Amino acid sequence: MSRILVDRLSIDFPVYHADNRTLKRSMAAAVGGRTQKRAGSALIEDDRHRVTVSVLRDIGFSMQDGERLGLIGGNGAGKTTLLRALAGIYEPVSGRVRVEGTIGTLLDTQLGMNMELTGVENVRLRCLFHGLGRRASREVLEDVSQFAGLGDFMAMPVKTYSAGMLVRLAFGLATAITPDVLIMDEWFMAGDITFLAKAEKRLEALVARSDAMVMSSHQPEIMRQWCTRLIWLDNGRIRMDGSTGEVLDAYLAG
Amino acid sequence: MKATSDAEIPDAGASGAQARSVTTSGSGGAVLDLAPLSFAGGLRAAGRDVRDGLRLLPLAFALGWLDIRMRYRGSMLGPFWLTISTAVMVAALGFLYATLFHMTLRDYLPFLSLSLVLWSFLSTVISESAGVFVQESRLIQASRMPFSVYACRALIRNALILLHNAAVVVVVLLIFRVVPGDLWLLVPATALWIVDCMAIMLCLGLLGARFRDIPPIVASLIQVFFFITPIIWRPELVGPMRRWLLLDPFYPLLSIMRTPLLGESAGLMVWGAALAHSALLLICASLVFARFRARIAYWI
Repeated sequence: MSRILVDRLSIDFPVYHADNRTLKRSMAAAVGGRTQKRAGSALIEDDRHRVTVSVLRDIGFSMQDGERLGLIGGNGAGKTTLLRALAGIYEPVSGRVRVEGTIGTLLDTQLGMNMELTGVENVRLRCLFHGLGRRASREVLEDVSQFAGLGDFMAMPVKTYSAGMLVRLAFGLATAITPDVLIMDEWFMAGDITFLAKAEKRLEALVARSDAMVMSSHQPEIMRQWCTRLIWLDNGRIRMDGSTGEVLDAYLAG
Repeated sequence: MKATSDAEIPDAGASGAQARSVTTSGSGGAVLDLAPLSFAGGLRAAGRDVRDGLRLLPLAFALGWLDIRMRYRGSMLGPFWLTISTAVMVAALGFLYATLFHMTLRDYLPFLSLSLVLWSFLSTVISESAGVFVQESRLIQASRMPFSVYACRALIRNALILLHNAAVVVVVLLIFRVVPGDLWLLVPATALWIVDCMAIMLCLGLLGARFRDIPPIVASLIQVFFFITPIIWRPELVGPMRRWLLLDPFYPLLSIMRTPLLGESAGLMVWGAALAHSALLLICASLVFARFRARIAYWI
């Protein structure tokens, strides 16, 4: 069975404007008031007067172990939404998402890290989240400190970190507790050159343990370097799916 | 580990409408399998959410504890400011209302301190519940976690505050040498409180994520209930109207906690009312949570 299976996945987002979101309005609608139609290409108003944006439509693909999938596409193509759907954050409205194994997510620049807490405290919380014991937690902490190379900053609140330091800590943390499937957004490329080299080594090791990775980025070089396969998303649909070189050439050609 | 060039779109074996969700298989570890759920599937998923949330209790505990530590970071007395402000409040209200109600301090102050401490817990839990998911939007959108963890976190935070405030109650009970009665009744009472608070958190948290009018509505209702519930006045004061008080969900709930500590007896009627209100709440909360749990991430 494949590691990741996405079958006819569609995701619509409800849009609640100031005049749509309130209790008053939905009660009025329930009582039988009428709502005026809205204009807009992606906006759809359904029979229950809910305005929705269709973000992903009819997405289907599967991934095997060891694959590194990149998502490309313009802004608003649905890359982040697809990543979140794979991570199980957005449960499908229609279709199906199946991911085998534990999932590690690097979606938010702050990664659910608490900015007020120190680096060490954040690492501890993550270990608790994964249900690790005391010894395993200590190992993770050592591993992350070593990888991030933050030294004394580990004992400082995360809000005092620079963007690069934050990325190093976050990346180290997300990859310390080996997920079977790593899902990440493009932000982590904020690191400097030495970090990227280190990160790639670490990621190579992860993927070598026969795990899968899905990432999104705008940068073609990064895609070429990191991914074995690309999916080109356009307006919420898969425009092209194939090997990195093939899709990238088509994408760059327009 | 090399490229697979062609998309392999598998045959769609499972129909999309089938009820599926996260399961853990024996050998391969966790499998996340998500599809639109039927109502029964939603109920099961909600149950799993709560169960997984309970498994993450150490995390919720750490988060709740860090919340308090962070709130008072750099403060000398830390969370004991809560104890002091409660003590001042109890003393000020105690002397004033004991005179107004023509009661002796010995009769009134233990009752009042207990009521105020319990009510401040309950009212904070309820008013915070409307924002329990909205405020965690960052975490919710960063990774998949059982929603009940956020509820547990808020509940534990407030329970820790309650424990700080409880010092005032203990001191008052000692000063007036109040002899507690059937203390074992506190065990079912506490259990009922925990279940009710979780239900309120999950239900109102979800509604608050969908309808942004919920927090102000809740806030004003709490204010109303503070005055119509026997909190600063003793329930005996209403005389023959007392049975109507049982319709107020907060009265039986407060009473089952208050009476054993004051050495009084709540009576079967009050316990019955507390159980009935809780059952109603639990049913509503499970229906709402089961139906809309999967939508929370879309709403926040």
